[in-house]
Amino acid sequence: MDVMPKWADALLIPLISILIAFILSAGVIIAIGEDPLAALRTMVTGALGSSYGWGYTLYYTTNFIFTGLAVAVAFHARMFNIGGEGQAMLGGLGVALVCLYVPWPHWIVALPFALLGGALFGAAWAAIPAYLQAKRGSHIVITTIMFNFIAAALLTYMLVEVLKPAGAMDPATVKFPEGTHLPTFQDMFSFGEKPVFRGAPANVTFFIALLACLGVWLLIWRTRLGYEIRAYGHSEPAGRYAGISPTKIIMVAMLISGALAGMMAINTTMGEAERLVLNSVEGAGFIGIAVALMGRSHPFGVLLAALLFGFLYQGGAELSLWTNVPRELIVVIQALVILFTGALDNMVRMPLERIFLAFRRSKSEESA
Amino acid sequence: MDFLTIVQISDTAVRFAIPLLFACLAGLFSERAGIFDIGLEGKMLAAAFFSAAVAALTANVWIGLLAGIAASMTLSIIHGLASITFRGNQLISGVAINFLAAGLTVLVAQDWFSQGGRTPSLSDFGPGARFNGITLPFAESAGDGTFGVIYRELISGHSILVYVGLLTVPLTWWILFRTRFGLRLRAVGENPAAVDTAGISVIALRYVAVAIAGILCGLAGAYLATGLQAGFVKDMSSGRGFIALAALIFAKWRPWYALWACLLFGFLQALSLRPDAVEAMVQVRVPGQLLDALPYILTVVILAGFVGKAIPPRAGGEPYVKER
Repeated sequence: MDVMPKWADALLIPLISILIAFILSAGVIIAIGEDPLAALRTMVTGALGSSYGWGYTLYYTTNFIFTGLAVAVAFHARMFNIGGEGQAMLGGLGVALVCLYVPWPHWIVALPFALLGGALFGAAWAAIPAYLQAKRGSHIVITTIMFNFIAAALLTYMLVEVLKPAGAMDPATVKFPEGTHLPTFQDMFSFGEKPVFRGAPANVTFFIALLACLGVWLLIWRTRLGYEIRAYGHSEPAGRYAGISPTKIIMVAMLISGALAGMMAINTTMGEAERLVLNSVEGAGFIGIAVALMGRSHPFGVLLAALLFGFLYQGGAELSLWTNVPRELIVVIQALVILFTGALDNMVRMPLERIFLAFRRSKSEESA
Repeated sequence: MDFLTIVQISDTAVRFAIPLLFACLAGLFSERAGIFDIGLEGKMLAAAFFSAAVAALTANVWIGLLAGIAASMTLSIIHGLASITFRGNQLISGVAINFLAAGLTVLVAQDWFSQGGRTPSLSDFGPGARFNGITLPFAESAGDGTFGVIYRELISGHSILVYVGLLTVPLTWWILFRTRFGLRLRAVGENPAAVDTAGISVIALRYVAVAIAGILCGLAGAYLATGLQAGFVKDMSSGRGFIALAALIFAKWRPWYALWACLLFGFLQALSLRPDAVEAMVQVRVPGQLLDALPYILTVVILAGFVGKAIPPRAGGEPYVKER
């Protein structure tokens, strides 16, 4: 029996969980001797107070939409993909190869192929853990973590030994040619005298991320495959009984998941850096876990959660610039959000259910 | 490659194996009781920071060790609350604990020491601030024979925690397979309902197991920051908690096998420090990145079941609900 109405399950519980996580984060800020309200003010001004700040916030949001969707799609098949970080790294490699070795005339032509390159490399990196899970029963959580480490080593090797131009010091590729440069928000929205979003990295990839949200929603709730993924995720024996092949679902869900994580590289590699650097992912793959949990694995929820984390990320950067609070504050907040919306879900749910039950009982007594 | 080089690499392998071993045995207790713990990494990291930080502040490594264990225990209790009391997802809880440790250690380190998320080097705080090597009796006069070299270079000269770690293996075996507590612990990971029917509290047993895991992870982290190295640096556990989990699966959840698995992984880590020796051995230039990735690749190979099938405790990862 559903004890709680649907809105409470979908909105109230996550909101309370996030509130607890934020209160504890404020406690952490107090504990290291800073004022949480002043910190919040710095974050809001830095991330949302100017078109420049918004340009960064939306740039990070784009990353987190992709990685959040990646984790969410895997969650629907009850797979826990912690490998978004490595898949996005490999995605960057795919994007870089496409951008470097083909002379593109215009970014509109280059973009679809770069997307394909990133998606293919990301999916390939997810394919091995997925296959091992489906066929050999190796736990996907540990194998994807291992593949993050292996991806980092592989990327270092590729950049240091293969792709780095001769004589250069830092491990990075050369700048991508002109024909692959994506238009930034500054190029797109500066109509008047004064340029907006000046110098901020947000670019056209943001709209691709929005399309990806729509695509995932259509896939999960409007196609036969999505139905199979959800059915399998809800109950493996039931799915098996209905003729759904576990191997197929695990593989397909993980391939889509890896492809989404890989596509993130368009934003960082092609959109922002315009070359492949070593640490382009910057933990976005892991933030995707918090984003997916907070967004309840629904594309719209993921979008909202990604916006929140985009704000936190840019705000945290501003905070570390102006105060003594290091950027790792965002990792703590991310951990608390995962803890309370993911693992300690029942801590909020159990008392809430009791309240709703008591409320309903008193109501039925009145009517009796 | 000469004999002395092999002995020296083995010596490094033992040093590297010890944190893995502590973490692996921590996972052993936890998983044998039916609680998956991918938060070993985070607990180790938290213990590494707090042991080094408190050792630096008090110039006493033993107080540091206690602080490290306390930090690790705190995270264990959070994991217990989430996975035992509130029946949450144990994997997600572990992931959260890893991030919590990764973020908090740097945050607190910056607040306490202002050195960009690290502790000052422990060698600046006198000999009592870290675990130093112990020269075993007769090590100096052991001579240059095969046994003498092995005794002097490999067996002697480690810090006390190394010997504690090696002794923990038979102790774990004895607790698990020769005591009543161990029998109940193993049973609670296989069939908690049966344990409950016998009138023994599943909840209490699992909390004890998680607490033991906390202590062992505390030892692992303390050894990392105050024995193996002299101070804490950001993310210094670098995946050891996950490698320990792989070693645990490789060892099929048995203490003695765990020792051999951890020594193997320690050996691989030691090899990545000696690319010259590897080159001499295989006669080709091996990229350093491949050597770095070797433990992780081996982990995947082991998990893929190419080295024998491992069957986990049956009730692992499932919260116990008394009435259905």
